[in-house]
Amino acid sequence: MNLHEYQGKSLFAEYNLPVSKGKVIFNSSDAVNACNEIGGVRWVVKAQVHAGGRGKAGGVELVDSPEMAEEFSKKWLGNRLVTYQTDARGQLVNSILIEECTEISKELYLSAVIDRDSQKIVFIGSCEGGVNIEEVAKNSPEKIIYQGVDINDENLQEDAINIAKVLKLNEHQITQFIPMVENFLRLFIEKDLSLLEINPLVINKNGDLHCLDAKINIDTNALFRQPDIQDMYDETQDDPQEAEAAKHDLSYVSLDGNIGCMVNGAGLAMGTMDTIKFYGGNPANFLDVGGTATQQRVAQAFKIILKDPGVKVVLVNIFGGIVRCDLIAEGVVAAIKEVNINVPVVVRLEGNNSDLGAKILSDAKISVESINNLSDAAMKAVELAR
Amino acid sequence: MSILVNSDTRLLVQGFTGSQGTLHSKQSIEYGTNIVGGVTPGKGGIQHLDKPVFNSVEEAMNEVEPNASIIFVPAKFCKDSILEAAQSGIKLIVCITEGIPTLDMLEIKKQVDNLGVRLIGPNCPGVITPGQAKLGIMPGNIHQKGSIGIISRSGTLTYEAVKQTTDLGFGQSSCVGIGGDPIPGSSFIDILKLFEDDNETEAIVMVGEIGGNAEESAAEYIKSNITKPVISYIAGQTAPEGKRMGHAGAIIAGGKGTAEDKIKKLKECGVHIADNLVSIGKKVSEVLGR
Repeated sequence: MNLHEYQGKSLFAEYNLPVSKGKVIFNSSDAVNACNEIGGVRWVVKAQVHAGGRGKAGGVELVDSPEMAEEFSKKWLGNRLVTYQTDARGQLVNSILIEECTEISKELYLSAVIDRDSQKIVFIGSCEGGVNIEEVAKNSPEKIIYQGVDINDENLQEDAINIAKVLKLNEHQITQFIPMVENFLRLFIEKDLSLLEINPLVINKNGDLHCLDAKINIDTNALFRQPDIQDMYDETQDDPQEAEAAKHDLSYVSLDGNIGCMVNGAGLAMGTMDTIKFYGGNPANFLDVGGTATQQRVAQAFKIILKDPGVKVVLVNIFGGIVRCDLIAEGVVAAIKEVNINVPVVVRLEGNNSDLGAKILSDAKISVESINNLSDAAMKAVELAR
Repeated sequence: MSILVNSDTRLLVQGFTGSQGTLHSKQSIEYGTNIVGGVTPGKGGIQHLDKPVFNSVEEAMNEVEPNASIIFVPAKFCKDSILEAAQSGIKLIVCITEGIPTLDMLEIKKQVDNLGVRLIGPNCPGVITPGQAKLGIMPGNIHQKGSIGIISRSGTLTYEAVKQTTDLGFGQSSCVGIGGDPIPGSSFIDILKLFEDDNETEAIVMVGEIGGNAEESAAEYIKSNITKPVISYIAGQTAPEGKRMGHAGAIIAGGKGTAEDKIKKLKECGVHIADNLVSIGKKVSEVLGR
């Protein structure tokens, strides 16, 4: 689950990490008051969306008057911001962060992720922060440090100094940086983060380190023990159909083809999409009904798939391990009766109780093609979609 | 021979009396697996599926001497359950549960490695040696005793590979689902090693998917260490690139992780590629020449 910059910065502040004085607004009429409360004569206004690349897309500006901040807010609130990290529709802006202006003398990069290879939390640092950091990583790998750290790290101070060297910090900044890394690691562990990125981490005109941005991603598996974070969820940042699916424990991604797919297991769902493509068809979606698919969930899955008007046929591919094929068959029958399905449905059931499942489908006298073999089922779906 | 589990496996079920634990234990017993008991804290002393229930793994160790355990407890309790089993002296732990926090897994992985415990999963279908023991949630009836070793990150894709090798008469020596989590207890490489040393395994099917670089690392390993033929299928060849946030993911992955990258690397390392999910069995047949 992603957090907005203003939410991330509130966590930074909680962990004694240096952030700018700022205020988040949800109505443009609050912009002037916010600027006056922050004080000063220049402000940074930043559209809050779950994506990077906002600056280049016009979502971040420097303003010289509270009225300009209001103007900016009017322009963006309720509209969508498209950046190179979003899809073509972009992300809805429903809040603006207004901050005091920081004078920058240097931009650095710092992030932390869980690295699958070393099975550690790894800090990534570079003396060249900013939007071109991926280019730096590719073309000048010597400017990037990957520093693995352990949970309960006793050598954290040494690790921090290693990073500081690559960031080319001076003595004064190193004394700021060591406790900063300690606090970042504490935040990462205590709040179950999977990504923490500060780009840029800047050196301001007083020579102090300062966090100018905050990108945070939380491990969704750990949300049960992070109730405060769960409250920060902003469903407007997710695709509405995907968010609706997630409410029913279904994993759904819409695509641009015309063959709706309902599959159990993410791997098999991808494999089914590949098979459809292999036979010349185009999948309309990725949908994983999960390991414990119930009748209600199958019905819900049909509803979500059929919300896409481009769907010409639905291919159900279930290999029953945890899930019993007879339950899926009952779900399909119930869903077809409940939801008004007016496209052909091809069902392939295999595994746990598949014979029983096939019998339920044939007894129900509904217009479903029940095909036991995946290649035949996929070919049939491709043919029906033509 | 076979790998990890066989008819000598004495299995303990953690989360035995819950609905998932009950359903799958029943099927494992029917398959012929020797379940010696289960653990559900607070329910010690009762009988469940005609097997004794204990309050702790330690109690079970003293009474019924299990040498493997399977875990069905909810994700939030898995760390405690896995560590309890590992610290009580169980050397093979299969964790079926999905949704364990990644930071829990970092700690679990470190501890099981230190204790010399083999952990399979989490978020996996388990391990089966056809005709001998089934430690997991896979449908037993699609398996057949034979000579193909199967490793996969995805549950239902494993079943697909199993079904095809059964239909063509090859059967399986053992099948291992290592799970799709970022930090798995065992990697492709860990299991490849075991299959290489198993004289019943003639060829290995490795089913991968997009994301991470486990397949790339496995490819390097295969090139210099595996003498048996390896057949691989990678799912997600048509998956679109997702939305993303920030740069760290891309930097650490170094641009790897697509199906195309993985297939290229595997081919370079001498792995045979099944270019379609439905042709895994056919590819095995082609490689073995029968």
